[in-house]
Amino acid sequence: MLRLDKLVKTYKTGDQALKAVELEIPEGQVVALIGPSGAGKSTLIRCINRLVEPTSGKVYLGTVELTGLSSGALRRERRRMGMIFQEYALVERLSVMENVLSGRLGYVGFWRSFLRRYPQSDVDEAFRLLDRVGLAHMADKRADELSGGQRQRVGICRALIQNPALLLVDEPTASLDPKTSRQIMRLICELCKERGLAAIINIHDVALAQMFVQRVIGLRLGAVEFDGPPEGLTPEVLTTIYGEEDWEATIEAVEDDEDEAAE
Amino acid sequence: MSDTFDVQARLGKPWKKPPFVRRAWLRWTLIVGFVAYLVAAYLTIDINWTRVYEGLERGKQFVLAFTSPDFTTRSGDIYAGMVESIVMTVTSSVVGIAISIPIALGAARNIAPLPIYLICRAIIAVSRALQEIIVAILLVAIFGFGPLAGFLTLSFATIGFLAKLLAEDIESMDKVQAEAIRASGAKWLQWVNYGIQPQVMPRLIGLSIYRFDINFRESAILGLVGAGGIGATLNTAFDRYEYDTAAAILLIIIVIVMALEYLSGIIRARVQ
Amino acid sequence: MPVTDHNGTKLWQRRTARESLSHWVMWLIGVAIFAYCWQRISETTTWFFVWDAPRIAGDLWARATPPKWDYIAQLGKPIWDTLNIATLGTLIALVLAIPVAFLAARNTTPSKLFIRPIALLIIVSTRSINSLIWALLLIAIIGPGVFAGVIAIAIRSVGFCAKLLYEAIEEIDDTQVEAITATGASRWQVMAYGIVPQILPAFAGIAVFRWDINIRESTVLGLVGAGGIGLQLSASLNVLAWPQVSLILLVILVAVVVSEWVSAKVRGAII
Repeated sequence: MLRLDKLVKTYKTGDQALKAVELEIPEGQVVALIGPSGAGKSTLIRCINRLVEPTSGKVYLGTVELTGLSSGALRRERRRMGMIFQEYALVERLSVMENVLSGRLGYVGFWRSFLRRYPQSDVDEAFRLLDRVGLAHMADKRADELSGGQRQRVGICRALIQNPALLLVDEPTASLDPKTSRQIMRLICELCKERGLAAIINIHDVALAQMFVQRVIGLRLGAVEFDGPPEGLTPEVLTTIYGEEDWEATIEAVEDDEDEAAE
Repeated sequence: MSDTFDVQARLGKPWKKPPFVRRAWLRWTLIVGFVAYLVAAYLTIDINWTRVYEGLERGKQFVLAFTSPDFTTRSGDIYAGMVESIVMTVTSSVVGIAISIPIALGAARNIAPLPIYLICRAIIAVSRALQEIIVAILLVAIFGFGPLAGFLTLSFATIGFLAKLLAEDIESMDKVQAEAIRASGAKWLQWVNYGIQPQVMPRLIGLSIYRFDINFRESAILGLVGAGGIGATLNTAFDRYEYDTAAAILLIIIVIVMALEYLSGIIRARVQ
Repeated sequence: MPVTDHNGTKLWQRRTARESLSHWVMWLIGVAIFAYCWQRISETTTWFFVWDAPRIAGDLWARATPPKWDYIAQLGKPIWDTLNIATLGTLIALVLAIPVAFLAARNTTPSKLFIRPIALLIIVSTRSINSLIWALLLIAIIGPGVFAGVIAIAIRSVGFCAKLLYEAIEEIDDTQVEAITATGASRWQVMAYGIVPQILPAFAGIAVFRWDINIRESTVLGLVGAGGIGLQLSASLNVLAWPQVSLILLVILVAVVVSEWVSAKVRGAII
């Protein structure tokens, strides 16, 4: 479904953020991308939808190769990739409904979007999604009146209303408290299952990643260091990704969490 | 949460962005009132379009004059006017800033007693309410033509501008630092020097440079009412339709203002 | 650290010898420049008039008071014109300032090398020249009247508004723009959804702020013939009708205070 072929990103400063990353994600698989800060997780996600231009290499979404596309064709392909952001990145002065509908921008013309005249099917879908995340009654509130968790739910709706085949998720829980973080992660994974979406979730919280995904990719200094099921994250593996540290506590914490979740 | 909201009932109904002004009657009153005002205003302006059309030719000449400005024909007048403008700017900035500092101290509610506060605020209010050009007219009537009136005008205007902004800065300063100095048994002047001055100094310098810039720009128009500076030369040039000379003067003003802004950018960056 | 060992006792000074020397030289140059400038003013001043000033001021005051109150009946139209000059001028300026600001802001300009410098040049040149000078120029071109005043105020305000607006555009939150871009939105849609909502409050604030300044400026435009209450002021000054002058000055003062109050109220409501 998504395939990265020798993807390289070198910044103008000379920092090599990605070193020939090779990756393949099949339809409907949810993948967690872990690694220390500066490992290139964020760059990797942004190179896929070309918010950051990759220096070389290829990105295949289905059969389409993205890096060579013209800007018009790129916009059409971006509609198939929903993105969820770290600090929610909602347009704060627009209402919740406008934020969700902005996910349809790639489908409607400028004047329709400017005058907020979206097709009725889009409006209905927006209400269904907002209802699914429990925010339908907030539709006409301004985005900056919402709490962090609520904002991230709106962000999820905005990504889903694009009707994507792939979700690119950049640190969805970084600014949320632990309980909300788990709710959000659970919501994202449930929605992916419901709709059969593939997702790359860039996350720094290893324990949280292990709880929800089928596959984990460890990135270190712009290169894939680990690729396997969450159970494969042994202390030795974590040490290669993050460096020396006492990992037992982290892993134990995961087991506790799972017990708790089971109750 | 969502059980209070019936989505099935909501589906199929159109959605509209909630209007900025929620009360319909108020919204329509505002819109209609605004349009009515625009129409009324437009109707009372009574533009003489033929005159405007004829003017376009002169406008074109003026724009063309910018490509060949004439610095030489009236170079003597331009030089004298420019020097006078700069002289007025320098003196009025220095004197204005020197006077505004004590007034700013007096106009800061957190350090001045009430009577002094009221007096200083009144001075600021008067200075801000009267525009430079009107003050200049009055001062020319009193002191006669020449740069002295311009100098006094700009000094007076500087006080209102600088003292107000400086006083606001003093009012928003960190109290604890000033209290610490007072606790050491400092006299009032020492207290101001050690407790307040370091906190407001960067802003004072920034504002002073900014005001210097404004004073220069204003000095260019004071000549229109006889208060000295380049304005008189410019006025003459327009009266005689000497667009190339006028263009030259305007270019000099623009270049000096640009240079001042560039300088002030550097100095402000260094101070902060 | 400027601490020197002086016969075994440590002496602390605020600056090193070199620093304090350059400090003194700077002050000396500053004082010299000021003295020179002052002397030039003093040369061109007839000091006899200056010593006589208090008497003249008293004389003026006696002649200007009380203001000629019934003259106010003739000021209705000029006040209306003044309001129109300021309001229409501000509106035109805002319409022109928006594209200039987008072309001047680093993050929205289509070309940093060619278009941005041009936009900045427009901003600087319109801003550096006072509206009275613009009015002089426009009167020479399109003849005296309210229209020249409107255009003068508009031109003068373009640079001011565009400068504040482009600074606001440069300060926007990029992640919101990024999020809209990631949905596959076109360039104009990104602008309408990602940028405009973020700068709208700043824009409203700038508009009201400039309107307040323009009310002040339009009261005096008439001095050079560009319509408004300044025309009456100029006419009264020419015939030395001081009671009328004092009334007009009072009216201007009230207008300025009222416009500042309105502007403060509106800005308070926005923020």
